[in-house]
Amino acid sequence: MSPELNEKREDVVESSVATVEVAPGEVVEQHVVELKQSTGRRVGTGAAFIVLGLIAAVVLGMSAGSHSTSFDLNGSQPGISVPKFSVPGVGVIVACGIVIILLGAGHLLRSYSKRTLRWAGIAAGILFLVAFLTWAGTEGKQSVQVGSLLQQTLFLATPLILGSMAGLMCEKTAVINVAIEGQMLFGAFAGALFGTLASNWVGLIAAVAIGALVGALLAVFAIKFTVNQIILGVVINAFALGLTGYLYDAIMANDGTGTNQPIPFSPIKIPVLGDIPVVGSLLFNQTIITYLMYVIVIIIDVMLLRSRWGLRTRAVGEHPKAADTVGINVLRLRYQNVIIGGGIAGLAGAALTIGSVGTFNKNMTSGQGFIALAALIFGRWTPRGALGASLFFGFASALQVALSLLATPVKIDSNLLQMLPYLATIFAVAGLVGRVRAPAADGEPYVKGD
Amino acid sequence: MTGEGPDLGKEPDDQATPDLSKQEPGGRARETIGEILRSDHPAVVTVLAVICAMIVGAVLIVASDTPTRDAAKYFTAAPGDTFSAGWSAIKNAYVALFEGAIYNPSSGQLLSPISETLVYATPLILAGLSVTLAFRAGLFNIGAQGQILMSAALAGYIGFAWHLPAGIHIIVAIVGGIVGGAIWAGIAGFLKAKTGAHEVITTIMLNYVGVCFVNWLLTETWFQAPPYNQAVSRTIDGNAQFWHLFGSTMRVNFSFILAIAATAFTWWLLKYATFGFRIRTVGANQDAARTAGMSISSTYIWLMVVVGGLAGLAGVAQILGDANNYQITASVDGGVGFTAITVALLGRGTAWGTFWAGLLFGALSAGSGQLQVATATPPDLVQVLQALVVLFIAAPGLIRLVFRLRRSKAGGSAVLAKGWNG
Repeated sequence: MSPELNEKREDVVESSVATVEVAPGEVVEQHVVELKQSTGRRVGTGAAFIVLGLIAAVVLGMSAGSHSTSFDLNGSQPGISVPKFSVPGVGVIVACGIVIILLGAGHLLRSYSKRTLRWAGIAAGILFLVAFLTWAGTEGKQSVQVGSLLQQTLFLATPLILGSMAGLMCEKTAVINVAIEGQMLFGAFAGALFGTLASNWVGLIAAVAIGALVGALLAVFAIKFTVNQIILGVVINAFALGLTGYLYDAIMANDGTGTNQPIPFSPIKIPVLGDIPVVGSLLFNQTIITYLMYVIVIIIDVMLLRSRWGLRTRAVGEHPKAADTVGINVLRLRYQNVIIGGGIAGLAGAALTIGSVGTFNKNMTSGQGFIALAALIFGRWTPRGALGASLFFGFASALQVALSLLATPVKIDSNLLQMLPYLATIFAVAGLVGRVRAPAADGEPYVKGD
Repeated sequence: MTGEGPDLGKEPDDQATPDLSKQEPGGRARETIGEILRSDHPAVVTVLAVICAMIVGAVLIVASDTPTRDAAKYFTAAPGDTFSAGWSAIKNAYVALFEGAIYNPSSGQLLSPISETLVYATPLILAGLSVTLAFRAGLFNIGAQGQILMSAALAGYIGFAWHLPAGIHIIVAIVGGIVGGAIWAGIAGFLKAKTGAHEVITTIMLNYVGVCFVNWLLTETWFQAPPYNQAVSRTIDGNAQFWHLFGSTMRVNFSFILAIAATAFTWWLLKYATFGFRIRTVGANQDAARTAGMSISSTYIWLMVVVGGLAGLAGVAQILGDANNYQITASVDGGVGFTAITVALLGRGTAWGTFWAGLLFGALSAGSGQLQVATATPPDLVQVLQALVVLFIAAPGLIRLVFRLRRSKAGGSAVLAKGWNG
């Protein structure tokens, strides 16, 4: 039906690593048949697009105010500013809605491949957000602060991105890490404590070290004692919550200034890059933790597909027996990756204390480790997918704060607004992602000769 | 991937048992009891795990105790001071836990600690059963929190807004709570079955949606209690409140009887019912279940409905029982949803195991109150103990290694929590 059935994909190594021989760095060209949706699901998905487009065009378009919307791309940080600009409110809203409807109609008439469908979904989501932000500004009282919205997004997403990378490190070698939450909590605690006692750099190192230590605990129980890894993760979370709460009461509660008042990292502006308008102040005027996050994401993304370590990691995650047969030390690689993953999760925790407000509070991760886990699954166990999903969650939280400050044409209850990111995730996971596939051996202990 | 790892047979301490057949009958019976005590029978492992957890807990108590730390400053001069200060800190903490949970000689009400234990245990048992049942089909229900909230919201609404005659009112409210939880979990089951959306993501997201929804309800005038300055709902009618089992001075109420009944139901469901067989088969081997003609998707949907119903009963216990002043708040779930996962793990995937695990955790939670009142030890100690108990039990290999136990057929775990691809 479509000439796009055969599609060249570079990341095909990922799914067939056990059968394709690849030298590190080599790009494999292989033809993969893209599966399409069944007719029933296609109609459902297409209809969902059209409903979303109608909501944008009709509901938002009708209820919008009469003013044009002005957007402010500058963040709160100093830098070269760009002028505000205005767009005709209703026109933009209706145009976005129509494009979403056309995207849906395209899927109904001429079935998209899964890959195209995913991009169409992302495009529809962005268009809907543009329509929504435009709508929110049509009262004409304030301009929509897009710059600070994006800044807030990156700030809130940083721990989530690091957390999902921690999960990725473990799960690519087939050790399930449900304990991201606990590792983050320990990292946040150690960051605040040692950040106060010594300096915030010591706090940073302590956070990474304790995260790695919890990672080592996870590794020993999962690999040596072959404990069910989901159980293990849940238990480590409970342990982290209890122990950090206990230590908080025992150490920090009575002597806050001496033990729980670290000086947070201040932003460092990168020369030249930091001077680019909008993008520069957004991306290159950040704390050290955010820069470390960039580096970690890029390294993992590149190394996973293009290095010896990455190839071995994926082999161990998909088919440990085959990897063992060709001489890879399966258990050692798993230990190594789980411990590194723990360190990254510890860094994610440090982002919450010394990368942000400074002080530690009981249960301050409040489920962010689970959101990071959801982002990992949502992002289909790929670094880029997890990055995108984490940014999405960060954006949703930032949006909710931004909207509460804005006089929208119709007052939206903030509690109902808070539901939106979670509802959107449910719809996205059900409609666009569907059945995801973890590394084949994920969660299974490897026993030699078994 | 159960806790029973295939490598355990290779441990150095796993020696052949002595030949018992040559011994005389009396000696043999004694040997058998001795055998059990030295094997990794679940009861033995549980007791040893509790002891290990208490030892680690003792280290924490000593480390955070100010008199002990002061005495340790002149440790070389008078080491006895450090030990006696440490010992009294440990003793005080564990005595306080016992007095809060089981029996307090200095209190006028002899049974009131037990009553508190049962009040804390009831929602843990019910939500624990919900997680256990999902585990048996290979599903991971992290959504008990949201299910409890939705159930409490619906049962509570029926409780304060409808004015029905005694007897009927409470039944309608209970059914409402079950339906609330069942719908919330059923959504996750439906999405899993029809679209493959992973239940870990959907149940976490539904938790957040549930919290936001209840927060919103608590700002609406038809729901919130006048004078509308606090985020609590109206108080439910007396007709819809559970009656106290031992007089109004003790909080334990009919919801504990519900917990026993729900445990018996879950036990029957898993052991004798056709649907329970389907659940276990799907959990053990999806391909085999499919080959045998079972519908995986309908099993998932109905399983999650039952799972949500059980969590819904926990919500019913929280709102219709004497646990939260008969008013809905955003924290009416009391953190039970996540503790229930550890309860289910401790219960090793069986209904009665979950029941006893819920009682143990309920006792620890009840004890934490007394710990806060009577000692300087932070009550969070209880959470650490709970996590350590499960950690030691989840790793039977570790307990075997430490105590040099033998492997027995009764050892291992029945919990079936599969990886993401399950």
